[in-house]
Amino acid sequence: MKPFLRDFVPTSYKDIPDATAYEAGYLVTKNAGWRNIRPVIDNTKCVGCLNCYLYCPDGVIFREGSKINIDYDFCKGCGICSKICKPGAIKMEAEK
Amino acid sequence: MAINAKTISETELFYGHKACAGCGGSLAVRIALKVLGENAVAVLPAGCMSAVGFNFPQLCFGNNAIISTFAGTASMLTGVEAGLRAQGITDFHAVGFAGDGGTADIGLQALSGAIDRNDDILYICYDNEAYMNTGIQKSSLTPFGARTTTTPAGKNIRGNLRPKKNLFEIVAAHGIPYAATASVGYLNDFMRKVEKAKQIKGTKYIHILAPCPTGWGVKTDETVEIAKEVVDCGLWYLAEYENGDFTLNHRPKEFSDVSAYLRRQSRFKHLTDVDIEIITRSRDKKWEFINQNFK
Repeated sequence: MKPFLRDFVPTSYKDIPDATAYEAGYLVTKNAGWRNIRPVIDNTKCVGCLNCYLYCPDGVIFREGSKINIDYDFCKGCGICSKICKPGAIKMEAEK
Repeated sequence: MAINAKTISETELFYGHKACAGCGGSLAVRIALKVLGENAVAVLPAGCMSAVGFNFPQLCFGNNAIISTFAGTASMLTGVEAGLRAQGITDFHAVGFAGDGGTADIGLQALSGAIDRNDDILYICYDNEAYMNTGIQKSSLTPFGARTTTTPAGKNIRGNLRPKKNLFEIVAAHGIPYAATASVGYLNDFMRKVEKAKQIKGTKYIHILAPCPTGWGVKTDETVEIAKEVVDCGLWYLAEYENGDFTLNHRPKEFSDVSAYLRRQSRFKHLTDVDIEIITRSRDKKWEFINQNFK
């Protein structure tokens, strides 16, 4: 479970809740546009050490069965995952 | 079982935030919240993590989180803990995430007061060695020689003139139940310390070094590497303070080259060989102290 993108985006004053609090984990914008390069996983080389998942500052790498995958909506393309990957299963490729 | 990449909770509680790519501070916050779980109540003062986490309506914390006054992280933690306790709630962790300026300069008296009262809180300082959120101004945790906008490097003065404040030992000198240092380059060590702090009653303090690619002048993918290197070259150390004793958790067999660590960062680019000699000597002096007083 993690915070996820919502459809409803408050735009006017009446959309804002009366209380001093607002729901935790309410995401309305992606970070995908920040990226010049994107990490691409070669799952045949992946040994499942999960270091990329652990060291990702944005937490966008996740387990999917025995494979790992990336949430490209929120990846900023910093490249830490590619550098930490010992078997070299993550390559950084230019965004088109 | 020891907590590691395979056993840590898969729940993400700090997600979709607007921190710069490769931010060390956001990595520290993310990992600490994963260890503490969604019953953690986070308090964040003015600083990078509150600026990138609460851009209404984009709310990136999956747990309860609140922004405090700059100086009042620890006092708000005291209030959060007392308020929840008064309501009969016991299953929670009051945790604060403040930067180096919010801890060592502006929030120091509130932190000192909370330790004095021994409130049941966990205070995590993510140390990126300057006021990064406002555009890289010197804090008292900025190391000697570092160039910031308030300690520029020119013909007469070469960056920061003063050494880094020894906050870990200042906190330990209060007789705190638990204090530790960590680095985002050694996350297994950090996770173990947060897990340990979770079980301890009373005030806990963890000081984690979190490189800032923007302020340090390194590439975004070098954050973790440089956080490892600073420990390996002896300019930072992983230690704990408990029951009145200091323990060293990681002893590099042989220090790596200090000048290699400094030269790769643009904030240290102007340093001369004499400056690096001063830094190396102060490191050796520090380790002499560690070898004498730490177990």
